Order: sequence, then structure tokens, then C-alpha cells
Amino acid sequence: MKNYDIVIIGGGPAGLAAAISARESKIESILILERDRELGGILNQCIHNGFGLHTFQEELTGPEYADRFICQVEEKNIAYKLNTIVLDITSEKVITAMNREEGLFQTQAKAVILAMGCRERPRGALNIPGYRPAGIYSAGTAQRLVNMEGCLPGREVVILGSGDIGLIMARRLTLEGAKVQAVAELMPYSGGLKRNIVQCLNDYDIPLKLSHTVIDIQGKKRVEGVTLAAVDAQGKPIPGTEEHYACDTLLLSVGLIPENELSRGMGVELNSVTSGPKVDESLETSLEGVFACGNVLHVHDLVDFVSAESAAAGRNAAAYVKGELPGRASVKKLFLRHGEGVRYTVPETICPERMDEELTVRFRVSRVYQSCYISAYFDHERIRHKKRQIMAPGEMEDIKLTKEELLKYPDRKQITIMIEEG
Amino acid sequence: MYDIIIIGAGVSGAAAARELSRYQAKICVLEKEEDVCCGTSKANSAIVHAGYDAAAGSLKAKLNVRGNELMGRLSEELDFPFQRIGSLVLCFQEADLPKLQALYQRGIENGVPKLRILDREETLRLEPNLSEDTFASLYAPTAGIVCPFELNLALAENAYANGTKFQFHTEVQSIERLEKGYLLHTSRGELRTRYVVNAAGLYGDEIHNMVSQKKLKLTARRGEYCLLDKTAGTHVRRTIFPLPDKMGKGILVTPTVHGNLLLGPTAVNTEDKEGVNTTLEGLALVSERAARSVKNLPVRQVITSFAGLRAHEEGDDFIIEEVSDAKGFFDCIGIESPGIASCPAIGERVAALLQKEMDLKKKDHFISARKGRLNPNALSFAERNALIRKQPAYGNIICRCEMISEGEILEAVRRPLGAKSLDGVKRRTRSGMGRCQGGFCSPKVMEILAREQQTGLQEITKSGGSSKLLAGTNKDAF
Ligand SMILES: Cc1cc2nc3c(=O)[nH]c(=O)nc-3n(C[C@H](O)[C@H](O)[C@H](O)COP(=O)(O)OP(=O)(O)OC[C@H]3O[C@@H](n4cnc5c(N)ncnc54)[C@H](O)[C@@H]3O)c2cc1C
Ligand SMILES: Cc1cc2nc3c(=O)[nH]c(=O)nc-3n(C[C@H](O)[C@H](O)[C@H](O)COP(=O)(O)OP(=O)(O)OC[C@H]3O[C@@H](n4cnc5c(N)ncnc54)[C@H](O)[C@@H]3O)c2cc1C
Repeated sequence: MKNYDIVIIGGGPAGLAAAISARESKIESILILERDRELGGILNQCIHNGFGLHTFQEELTGPEYADRFICQVEEKNIAYKLNTIVLDITSEKVITAMNREEGLFQTQAKAVILAMGCRERPRGALNIPGYRPAGIYSAGTAQRLVNMEGCLPGREVVILGSGDIGLIMARRLTLEGAKVQAVAELMPYSGGLKRNIVQCLNDYDIPLKLSHTVIDIQGKKRVEGVTLAAVDAQGKPIPGTEEHYACDTLLLSVGLIPENELSRGMGVELNSVTSGPKVDESLETSLEGVFACGNVLHVHDLVDFVSAESAAAGRNAAAYVKGELPGRASVKKLFLRHGEGVRYTVPETICPERMDEELTVRFRVSRVYQSCYISAYFDHERIRHKKRQIMAPGEMEDIKLTKEELLKYPDRKQITIMIEEG
Repeated sequence: MYDIIIIGAGVSGAAAARELSRYQAKICVLEKEEDVCCGTSKANSAIVHAGYDAAAGSLKAKLNVRGNELMGRLSEELDFPFQRIGSLVLCFQEADLPKLQALYQRGIENGVPKLRILDREETLRLEPNLSEDTFASLYAPTAGIVCPFELNLALAENAYANGTKFQFHTEVQSIERLEKGYLLHTSRGELRTRYVVNAAGLYGDEIHNMVSQKKLKLTARRGEYCLLDKTAGTHVRRTIFPLPDKMGKGILVTPTVHGNLLLGPTAVNTEDKEGVNTTLEGLALVSERAARSVKNLPVRQVITSFAGLRAHEEGDDFIIEEVSDAKGFFDCIGIESPGIASCPAIGERVAALLQKEMDLKKKDHFISARKGRLNPNALSFAERNALIRKQPAYGNIICRCEMISEGEILEAVRRPLGAKSLDGVKRRTRSGMGRCQGGFCSPKVMEILAREQQTGLQEITKSGGSSKLLAGTNKDAF
């Protein structure tokens, strides 16, 4: 069995950034395991631009953004294996993986970084009634078919869900010669980034039907049509509002689910809101020496934040391997509570002694807020009060805390993040 | 000229073919779809019922009990998944106890072994997640679950190995009676045969009516289901039924042989014999009723929903007999539940009828065993590595949810009666049946199918015919 200091599961943007920062933190023995035929993860199929505005102050396509990281991995001689799927990880950090050349093999890691990304929610998860013909795709699958295989999944398309992938695909399919008739969204607001609604729907006159859902799919062999209906505040279809669309394709962009089968298998505790591991300030999971970052931790909308988060995970894993990360049992732990309007926070706990000078806490709001404040309370004292013009569940928010302020009051126990009205 | 033509390649037709292939006869199975197991046999509860449901003395009762008895050995011979997990019929109030006792009595009359009525405590000890309202239950330890696709396929493959021909995409459109035998007009030309077995499922009435003046009518009765993720698969360990009503056995909760949890079916008559759509009301009813039997059901873990159609006949019994005004023409119809459970016995009965009528002689070299596809997950570390060294395709995972390798998919495509479409691969390997429902693997499986069939991606279908998965290539409209 081969030994490595750090084994990284997944070679998408998260795994790449973690590997690079671990190497910059002077760890020699690093291995990235990636099941796909190339590094770069989901970015390889995101051929639109808009990546890297924060990291590089320029607009790159997905593959270009990934390439900047892949080049660094190559330059730094970080080992990776492609077409290699990780099948199992034990709590002792023994990793079982498989590929065509080596068959099944095992490696022992001192630290593991989980960076497996996420998968799309399928139709079944929504229990959409109707037939089950050809022509129903999740938006990411359609994206792969169009952008990587050059195939057009359909000509007359209805999209359910206004997540970013759905919005991006509305534009892509239009450019490739399909007619996108409508995008329906169950919620009264879009799940995607504002800029995507403007650039992908409005610019192409594609109607966005908020508070609508698909209540029937017709067609026995191939989709022939779908029925949309308006929904009430509880998300229940309102009788009498049915509208029929003749189409040959239904795309679903109804959410992403972090891929945590491996994490669950090794005994990592998961957060029921994010479906990702529970982590502390170091992005260390409930298992010592096991770190998580990127979409496997919580679903991100901007890859720049994935890179930043993952660089931190790589640094912390390196510190752990070098014995520089104080044990959790020996230091004080603060709890982060998500208050009014905040669905979750990453991390969930903070050991001030283990944190960098500044820590970014990421979270999502539970509905659309206008002219409100993001507040942070340290026990009863309000330590942050940041005005935001508009906040929506589709856009991740963050707030920064400093080590200094958290160390100042040794008796305090809890930090609460909440949304407050003007 | 065939000796026997069997119409329909569901479990009934395949079981009949397998049993008839023991004899010296030229047999052909005609199927209108592209594959075996495309009708009712692909969408049902897959319960091998113990046999207490059907009225005493009925053919259903007799063949169910016999089928259940045969299923164990058959699953070993033909290598398909079958687990005798037992079933419980729940009763929620003392007032209903007589109904449970009546069911017990009927079971005894039908010859069901090991039946017992359990009180609340005994029931909850077996299944702690049952409803708090549980008052008593009927426990049938001989009930079991199968993989219906693999059962259907195993029967067909074994019949094929014993010389039975299978012709797909061949719909029987009309039948002419000849001096000796029948002339079948199909979508693929004419076929002559001395004897016919009508195992056409929902269309059994139409086929029957082509040759008989005694008209029959089958009514499609839809049953809708929700399938939950494997994380919910051990919520109950046995099949859990409510008390039956006049439409059927009610909405059950059961583990499947693959470790998922299945809820359903509803029972609503429909005019459309292809009406396998699910409905808002149906799916809502499934969740609601299932939750009456089992508490804390993780219904949010649903990964797919589907529906199947029962071929209901008014007499409420299987019809397996020579048609009285059509000599040499045998019906095997009205095979609604428990058709899966009964199929080994259905095959036996059909074969016995024809053997007698035709005076068939046994073959010298009947191959009774069939080996299922290789399952790498069942191998040891070393064995699996040896396999990958020989065939690297087994080291390449295509379906990440169910961990299905390229090697397994290739075998499913290349075997006799192999898979031709995405659904064909799915039924055989489970690729695409997991929690992402084919999101990751379908483009890859499409590629493999195109390569194997030496055709373009554009030609690949979901389930044959007009179910093409792609509409064209980028910008081809400009
Ligand atoms: C369709 C889509 C469009 C997007 N559009 C934009 C945009 O316009 N702008 C923007 O800034 N951001 C965008 N994003 C967000 C951003 O690209 C993602 O958040 C980012 O790619 C997540 O990185 P990751 O490394 O966590 O996950 P991924 O990119 O999914 O990488 C995970 C990697 O892990 C591998 N893996 C998983 N399990 C295993 C295993 N068991 N064994 C081996 N390897 C494994 C996978 O193959 C994959 O390569 C988009 C995301 C998606 C999905
Ligand atoms: C909701 C539901 C739940 C059930 N649950 C259970 C259960 O738990 N246990 C159990 O034992 N049974 C159960 N059953 C019953 C069981 O599924 C059926 O009894 C069994 O599958 C019937 O098999 P078959 O071969 O007769 O019909 P089918 O599987 O329908 O096969 C008939 C075949 O004939 C073909 N065909 C039709 N017309 C023509 C034509 N003109 N030319 C050529 N081919 C033709 C069709 O394409 C089809 O493939 C259930 C059924 C349903 C609907």
C-alpha cells in the first residue's frame, strides 16, 4: 500500500486549488484522484464565460479557468491519476480506488481532502407526474451532450427550474438552434444569479414563469408536451391555471446535491441543510484530518469562492500533516448559529486559536431580502452590521470575522449570523 | 412453419417458452417491443406472494402457491435475485380482526405453509417502524421478492439457449385460421404455426378475439409507485400490506432485492392500455397510504416514480386454457397479480397443456441452468483485479451511483437477447437506476451502445422505436 501525506478526492476546481495550496505550504507527497478523463471537474462543460472575475479580474470560460489551475498542478509536479474512481475511504484514511490499468488499489493518507463536487437532483426527487419518455434531461446532462459531444438533445424545449445551469442552458440551446419556450420556477424568485437571468433569458426573450411548475409530462416514447401550472404560496398547483406547451424536451435544473456517499461511508457527520459535511473554521470535518471544500461541502454558484475556500482547506490540511494545527480537544470552541433569514453557515464551529487572522463565513439567505443588514452577534453584542441592497437564496453571502475579536472575550460562546431589517 | 408461436415476451410468455423448450418442438416467441420485459412485467411490486389472497379453488390461488414453492429452486437454476423475506398484512383495529382471520383461513385452504397471526407486540418486534396503530398482523414467512427484469430475462435466455427463437419488433396484427394451424400477420410479415400461445398481457383480449367468437375484455388497471433511495432501504425488512379491499391488495411498503424501498401501487382503471403515466393524485395517495402502515417514512428520499398496468379480467382469475372454439390456440391471459409469483407454475401449466395436446417428446439435452451476468462487486479484491487485468473494461465505472462498470454494460449488450437501448441496459445492469437516475451515465451508455451497434449517437433510443434520445447536432437547423 502506498502512503501519501495528503490524498485529494476529486480533481475539479476544489481539488486543484487545495492541492496547489498544500504544495505551497511545503507538502511534498500529494495525490489527486479523479474519476473523469481530465482534470477540471464540472468546469470542462461550462464553455460560457463569467468565471474568474474575483480571482483573476477577468472573464474566463470554465475550461480556461480550470486550465490556470491545471497548469500550476503540472508545474508543481503534483501527482494525479485520471480515470480513477475512489470507491471507499475508511475512517483510518485508507482509500480504495480503481482504474483500468491498476485495477483495485489502496493508499494510506495522513490527511484526506474531500472535493467530490455535487450531482443534479433528478426528476424523481420532485415526483413530477406523467409519462417517462425520452427527452427528459437534467440540465447538466444536456450541457455535457451539447458542449462536449456536439449533440442537440431536442428542438422545442421547456426548462423547469431557474438554477444557473438551467439559465445557461436556455441560452446555449437557443444559440445551437433550439427554441426554448419557457423557464418555469416553483419559487417566487429565481434560484440563479441575477446576471444569468439578464444575459441568458431577457436577452433572448425567453419568458421566466415564477411560481410555476410542471404538473404533467405527455408522450409515450418521446416527450410531446408538458403542462405547467401556477402554484400557491405552499407550492401546490392552482387548478384552472394549467397551460399546455407542445415540446420534445424537458430540462430540469432543480438543484444540486453534494456527492457525499464516500463521506457518509467513512463516518463523516453531515449537515442536513447543506447535505455536506459539518466543518469547523479549518474546514476539518467531524473526523480528524479529513477536510472538505467546494461543492461537496455546500453548493457554490461562483467558482472563485470554491477556489478561495479550497485553498484554505489545502493550507489547513498541510498544517495538520506538519503537526501545526492544534488539536480540537485542547482549544476552545465557539458555535455559529444561523439566526433569522440565514439557512446555514459554513463553518458551523470556530476554534479561534486555530483560525487564520481572518475567517470568511459563507451562508445563504432563506428568501429575497431588500435593504437589509447582515448582522453578527457575539453572544449579545452585535459585532457586524453590514448593509445589503438585495440578497437572494441563489447568491451566496459571506461575512468576515477576525481572530483578534474572537479571542478578546474568552467567556463568550456563540456567534449568531442573522438578517435584520433596516 | 413453427410448431408453437408464443405471443408476448413478458414473464408469462417467457416462462411458457422456457418450460416448452424442454420438448422437441420448433418454437418462436413474438414480441412487439424491442426487448423482453417491456410490458406489465417491468412495472409491478415484484412480490412473490405467499398465496393467501386469491379465492380458494381459483387458478390464481393454485398457481400462486405452486409458483412460490418453485421460485427458490428456479432462482438457483437460472441465477436471478430472489429473497424470501416474508410479508405482513396489518390490521389497525380490533374490529378488523375477523378480516385478518378470514385471510388466514383462506391461506390455509390454499395450502400456504407457516402462516401465523401475530399480536401487536410480536408484529412490532419484527418490524419496529410499523404504525403505532398496529393491532395485529398476518405473517407469511414464505413470501418473497424478486428482480422482475432478471426473472423475465433469465427465463427467456434459458429458452433461447434451448433453441427457442425470439423475434422482436414483431406485432401480431391479425390471425387467420388454417386447415392445420394458424397464419399470423405481423408487422414483420407472415408466420405459420401449428399451435399458438397467447401471452400478450394487456392485449390478450384482442389476440383472443381474433380467433374466437366468445369475446373477452381486459381492463387496464393502473398502479403507481414511488421508489426511495437505498438509504431508506432497510426502513422495513419485510413486505408490509394493509388489509386488502375490492380493488386489490392495497398500498404496500417493501424493500426491493436491490436494497431500495418501494411504495405502491394505487389501483385505478384506465381506458388506455399504454397509460403508464403517473398522476399528482396517484403519487399523493401512495405517500399518504404508505405512511398509514409505516411510520417516519423518509418520503423525501424518493428517486423516481413509475406506473404499471394490470390486465384485469371480469372473472377475476387467470385464464390458461385452450380456446373452446379455436383448436390449438391457447390463452394465457388475465395474468394480473400474482402473475410474477405464479410464473414458474404458469409455464408448467402451459407446457403440460400443449404437451398433452401435441404429444410432445422431451429433448435429450435440455439445459436447465443459466448463468447470470458477472457481478464484480461480489468478487474478492484479488479476483476483481485478475478480472480487470484480463478485461480492463471492468475497471472503468460508468454508473457512479450503482457502481456499474463498462465491462458489465458490454456483457449486457453482447449476450444473447442483449440490450439494445438505454432502458435495456438499465433493466439488465441497473446503470441509471440509482439516485442520480442516469444523469452521469446516460451519455456514456449511449456512447457504448453506438460503438457496439456501429451506429451514430443520434440513432440511440431510450426504449426502441421512436424514443430517440437526441434530436440532431448543434446548429444543424441553421
Ligand atoms: C453547470 C454549472 C455551471 C456553472 N456556471 C458557473 C459560472 O458561470 N461562473 C462561475 O463562477 N461558477 C459557475 N459554476 C460553479 C462552479 O463551477 C462550481 O461550483 C465548481 O466547479 C465546483 O468545483 P468542485 O471542485 O467542488 O466540483 P466539481 O467541479 O464538480 O469537481 C468535482 C470532481 O470530483 C470528481 N469526483 C467525484 N467523486 C469522485 C470519486 N469518487 N472518485 C474520483 N473523483 C471523484 C468529479 O469527477 C469531479 O471532477 C457552475 C457550476 C455548474 C455545475
Ligand atoms: C401495479 C402492479 C403490481 C403488481 N404486483 C405484482 C406482485 O407484487 N407480484 C406478482 O406476482 N404480480 C404482480 N403483478 C402482476 C404481474 O406484473 C403480471 O401478472 C405479469 O407481469 C404479467 O406478465 P405477462 O407476461 O402476462 O404480461 P406482460 O409482461 O405485459 O407481457 C405481455 C407482452 O406481450 C406483448 N404483446 C402484446 N401484444 C402483442 C402483439 N399483438 N404482438 C406481439 N407482442 C405483443 C407486450 O409487448 C408484452 O411484452 C402486478 C401488476 C401490476 C400492474
